[in-house]
Amino acid sequence: MKVRFWGTRGSIPVSLTAAQLRAKMAALLRGASGRELRDEAAIEAYLESRPFHEVGTYGGHSSCVEIETGGPEYVLCDMGSGLRPFGEAMIGRHGPGQPQTYHVFMSHLHWDHIMGLPFFTPAYIPGNRLVIYGCHERLREALVRQQDNPSFPVPFSYFGAGIEFVQMTPGVPVEAAGLRVTAKKQQHAGDSYGYRFEQLGEQAGAPGKTLIYTTDSEHKLDDVALTQGFVEFFRGADLVVFDAMYSLAEAISVKADWGHSSNIVGVELCQMAGVRHLCMFHHEPAFGDAAIDGVLADTRRYEEISRAGAPLRVTAAYDGLVIEL
Amino acid sequence: MEFASRRAADIVIAAPAGRIDHASAEGFRLALEALLADCAEGRDGVVLDLSAVEYISSVGLRVLMMAAKQVRAQKGRIVVAAMQPVVKEIFDISRFNMVYESFATVPAALDRLSPAARAAYGD
Repeated sequence: MKVRFWGTRGSIPVSLTAAQLRAKMAALLRGASGRELRDEAAIEAYLESRPFHEVGTYGGHSSCVEIETGGPEYVLCDMGSGLRPFGEAMIGRHGPGQPQTYHVFMSHLHWDHIMGLPFFTPAYIPGNRLVIYGCHERLREALVRQQDNPSFPVPFSYFGAGIEFVQMTPGVPVEAAGLRVTAKKQQHAGDSYGYRFEQLGEQAGAPGKTLIYTTDSEHKLDDVALTQGFVEFFRGADLVVFDAMYSLAEAISVKADWGHSSNIVGVELCQMAGVRHLCMFHHEPAFGDAAIDGVLADTRRYEEISRAGAPLRVTAAYDGLVIEL
Repeated sequence: MEFASRRAADIVIAAPAGRIDHASAEGFRLALEALLADCAEGRDGVVLDLSAVEYISSVGLRVLMMAAKQVRAQKGRIVVAAMQPVVKEIFDISRFNMVYESFATVPAALDRLSPAARAAYGD
């Protein structure tokens, strides 16, 4: 199983400005002073030696994550603006003449998680199949409404693909594309749902992998039963994609009840649940690349400080990142 | 987790000890709560002496956040002092360094809060 991130930014898409890009280039040029960079190998070695915020960017698309199962059907979490480049990649890979099936699991219906659908080219192509799963009763309504006048000129009815809706119930698994998928209700305005994806059967002689996708979820630390419920939901996962939008101090003070969580709580829940890898997700849109690099370094240090058992790997998602489980 | 407190003039010096985590946070909350009612404008200030705290988790920090909010509403004064390096790192990582004014030592905190308490505390 692989997880490919098409959109990782929280709340609203962002992009690098010309000034920010220029600052990265200036930093790289300063760092290169006195170095011999005469061939590709030397250039690559130099770039590898630099921090991510100088040589890359966490990117700006809102939530969209692909789960590659190795099977012929596609599985996605959320339809943020990252769905658009995913659709372009599908057109590039398959062209318009080879029908595909896309299974999409929706955390919730806030705009940043649905805004990619109007720009998802495969949805306009007859023969494709789009199966949209979620626990919200108004799932279809939300998607239809964002394409209605005066918000968008192309109505939902214009889609050529077959679009199906699967109403899920928290705690009741469904099967899709070789995965058993279980939803869990989370604390967020209007409710959100996390998903536990478990590969069915053995994979190359080993047990299937488990992924948790949990975004737009606030954790109230004083409720022991709620906390324990999430620990069980995360239990033994190979990877947890976790909303770590705020610092702990923000999440429990000025941004309490805003529906998001912190890096500290992400580490603690994953440690309690015996998770192998925590990937921080839904980055604060006000944060630049250096700030997210700083949060990542802080989080890795906190994991060291708080570790009682096996190490927990900690990464920060960026648009284009692929994690193999 | 253990918890001790002593008075120096108009300042109460509260000293938790050990780990403040999921197992001990409720005890820490109850012990601290007993001091906070009088931590108000024109009354006591509180210095949290964290020199014997080895580790504090998110639930322990939540107790400190609730304490800071209560004291702020009462227009009182509460600060932290003498954090071990690891605890100071946790304050920095969690951004609690933006919530609490901190001092390297208890006497340094008393110097700022109350000369009378500093004199009563001694060396």
